[in-house]
Amino acid sequence: MPQWQGQLVKIDDYHWEIPQSYKDGMRVPGLIYASKEMLESIREEQTPEQVANVAFLPGIVKFSFAMPDIHWGYGFPIGGVAAMSVKDGVISPGGVGYDINCGVRLLRTNLSEAEVRLKIDQLIKELFANVPSGLGSEGKMTASRKEMGELMVEGARWAVKHGFGSEEDLDATEEGGCLRGADPSKVSDKALKRGMPQAGTLGSGNHFLEVQVVREIFEPKIASVMGINEIGQVLVLIHTGSRGFGHQVCTDHLRVMEEAVSKYGIKLPDRQLACVPIESKEGRDYLAAMACAANYAWCNRQCIVHWVRGSFSKVFGKGPEELGMKQIYDVAHNIAKIEEHMVDGQKLKVCVHRKGATRAFPPNHKDIPQKYKEIGQPVLIPGDMGRCSFIAVGTQKAMEESFGSTCHGAGRVLSRHAAMRSLRGKDVAQDLKRRGITIKTGNIPSLAEEASQAYKDVTEVIEVCHQAGISKKVAMAVPIGVIKG
Amino acid sequence: MIEKAFEITDHTADVGIIAYGADIKQLFSNAALALFSLITEPGSINEKLRRHVEIISEDKDSLLVEWLNELIYLFDAEHVLFKRFDIESLTNNQLKATCYGEDFDPLKHKIKTEVKAATYHMLKINRNNRGYEVQIIFDV
Repeated sequence: MPQWQGQLVKIDDYHWEIPQSYKDGMRVPGLIYASKEMLESIREEQTPEQVANVAFLPGIVKFSFAMPDIHWGYGFPIGGVAAMSVKDGVISPGGVGYDINCGVRLLRTNLSEAEVRLKIDQLIKELFANVPSGLGSEGKMTASRKEMGELMVEGARWAVKHGFGSEEDLDATEEGGCLRGADPSKVSDKALKRGMPQAGTLGSGNHFLEVQVVREIFEPKIASVMGINEIGQVLVLIHTGSRGFGHQVCTDHLRVMEEAVSKYGIKLPDRQLACVPIESKEGRDYLAAMACAANYAWCNRQCIVHWVRGSFSKVFGKGPEELGMKQIYDVAHNIAKIEEHMVDGQKLKVCVHRKGATRAFPPNHKDIPQKYKEIGQPVLIPGDMGRCSFIAVGTQKAMEESFGSTCHGAGRVLSRHAAMRSLRGKDVAQDLKRRGITIKTGNIPSLAEEASQAYKDVTEVIEVCHQAGISKKVAMAVPIGVIKG
Repeated sequence: MIEKAFEITDHTADVGIIAYGADIKQLFSNAALALFSLITEPGSINEKLRRHVEIISEDKDSLLVEWLNELIYLFDAEHVLFKRFDIESLTNNQLKATCYGEDFDPLKHKIKTEVKAATYHMLKINRNNRGYEVQIIFDV
């Protein structure tokens, strides 16, 4: 692929603008968060072209944003954020992605690295046995049609009602684990059929469950509010989404929008950007179905948390309470949300598309839990399985600048195919083992796809967001045990 | 004569394929074969059952995406793997096909990749002097 030759105007060390004049049809400029060093690979990949394409979408306000973990997607770039005015803007399923409400959930424990290392093999084995993972993995709890109907509306609350976790978990989840406006009648039978057996499963691909150890604390006061108190403390990170259910919801509604685009006279540079007015029937239907998938994903992570607690209890012979296994937070990184933001000094209702981006609301925002009002919303940024993950908090600057959004992870640099060609899953597993990371997966060859070499260094990504001010880093953790689907 | 049925291409986050066909029917059949070769080793699939698939859409490009998404659905929801595709009829907005394969057996079929969906991204069926070709990006 040739390098992208367009103009990137430096605003400061971490903000780069694609002028609106770059392409006829852009309604706003593009804004890329990156360091100078990152620009080379960003240009290499042609991703700015996708940032510019998103700027074509009707009703987009301020900028078409790209976070530093940006990489080439389909339609929208991954790491893209775009806010459309609800009054005259569009909703685009491609701006959410197929894995609706793919997200991460973080648990704390009272356990130390030494205690867990002693039993890590047993623990990973137990977790692997209790959390269904792998391609086409089916749950231990196949949901009936009636149950699906309820969980699509209630989300994580449905799981809590059925004994998976507690009310406290819901409080520590974006939207309380339940996005309003879900309407199961907007979900196809096909989506239901894919979703029923997969409820409560981790899945495969880049989804994982990690046992981590805190290595650095940058903001001790903020960290302690989250229950992160010392170096060496053990955490658990869960990364999964809405499985085949969400993929089908996206597929179904993209099809509808594909046909509706011309009806609304919308001109697009890429068919995958298919969109319709937010206030149209097709737009409302998608949002109602998307909410069902988002809720399915929150229910999914809620069930998994319950099994994680059960596994730890069994291995360490203590209850989850005694082990201090409280949920720090759960955030979505593929979602569209109707939110209120200040635009040109006025309150405006917008639909914020976050595709591979995390909400990062500041201290005192009305939509964050009481216990985090002083510190801001926790932001969870997983890296690749061989490096590290970060915990950050949202900021006022993110609110003013990026519609309360920041990055979501490391971002790929090597295609899955290229990674598979140059690395062997077996070697990756051995390398991880040498570095003290125990791994269990049903698919060894695919480990190569997720190796560190395939990703940008998440440390650089988080640093750009920190320096740009759209999130503030709080702590860093490294994996000691990984389960991959 | 088309020598290659398809090839797999690089795409950072996802997987792309380029399918070839001497005619449009063969193009659709080869694209489906490419899909199942991303999922598993087509050589490990036997022809034990068949499924009839019918798709109606607005043009050939969307027919292709919907055809592949239907096959992804059949695998994910009903656990059927296919290896041969007999495209019986294909017009600008309708496709009728019979697909041959077998039920997924985890002991026999090694799964390579979970394919979420076929996308419309950069999709365009091209015709050249050797026949047809198309690039399809799958979300995996």
